[in-house]
Amino acid sequence: MAVKDFIRERFFPHLWCPGCGHGIVMNNMIRAIEKLGVSKNDIVMVSGIGCSSRITGYLDFHTLHTIHGRALAFATGVKMSRPELNVIIPMGDGDALSIGGNHFIHAARRNIDITAIVMNNRIYGMTGGQYSPLSGFGINATTAPYTSIDNDFDVVKLSIAAGASFVARTTTYHVKQMADIIAQAILHKGFSVVEIMSQCPTYFGRKNKQGNAVEMINSYRINTTPKGSKAKKENPSLIERGIFIQEERAEYCKEYDKIIQRATKGNK
Amino acid sequence: MAKQKLKEHRINREWCKGCEICVEFCPKNVLAIDKQGKVVALRPEDCIICKMCEQRCPDLAIEIITE
Repeated sequence: MAVKDFIRERFFPHLWCPGCGHGIVMNNMIRAIEKLGVSKNDIVMVSGIGCSSRITGYLDFHTLHTIHGRALAFATGVKMSRPELNVIIPMGDGDALSIGGNHFIHAARRNIDITAIVMNNRIYGMTGGQYSPLSGFGINATTAPYTSIDNDFDVVKLSIAAGASFVARTTTYHVKQMADIIAQAILHKGFSVVEIMSQCPTYFGRKNKQGNAVEMINSYRINTTPKGSKAKKENPSLIERGIFIQEERAEYCKEYDKIIQRATKGNK
Repeated sequence: MAKQKLKEHRINREWCKGCEICVEFCPKNVLAIDKQGKVVALRPEDCIICKMCEQRCPDLAIEIITE
């Protein structure tokens, strides 16, 4: 199958700005699914609100475009009623960790077999460039004209602490790694979190003088390093990418099935 | 695996937004932006079919067709 077989061509060209990283994430999400050879009918994509969440409109799977931050709650319902389907959730940084922060940590804690793709552009793009929980200290935004004094979350550490059994990070520069990690995250049985650093040239780039899309992507090449590399030891400010945790743990739907069996035993 | 031979760079001009990501990250400098702000394959004979333009395009606007 070609890339075009996975999209709803009638909605193209999409509304994302020129050079938006979310398009690159969508591109490689399609490639990961193509590589896995999963049928389109076996995939459910659930999203909340935001630039990133528009992805469900563009892709030709079973899709649900739900309310802000609550994509994981809807997805949990879908997964529990139809555990045989692959549930993938593209979400923005604000959608995942601010508005949906509680849903996020509790879905991770349950270790339900869902793949959450956190497209981290460090800003609320759709509403005009307000700072998000991942913007971090010293960042300029529409709502932080004298720079933000809020610290940011580390998505990887947060997800591991909350109990996710697959946690990875990659960027829009490292596209081959991105497609590979997304494929592995979909295959993983348990809650998978993939943080993808994605450029927002329109707001984050412009407000913070990080240049255009090309310069922002280049900064991901320069400022990241493979997990556990020698470069990280020499320069601790580098951001690590790769798979941080990949463990087999009791999965929520399977445990729930066991409860049903126990509860209905002897009721025949 | 036999070496792939390039047929064409299929560019969807309606979808291309001229962000220049493919142009800048092409290792062989094959692509360029034209007067209308859309990408064109200026030196297709230099293409090594790494398909990085295809994989990095946010608009799904470029496709490498091989024979």
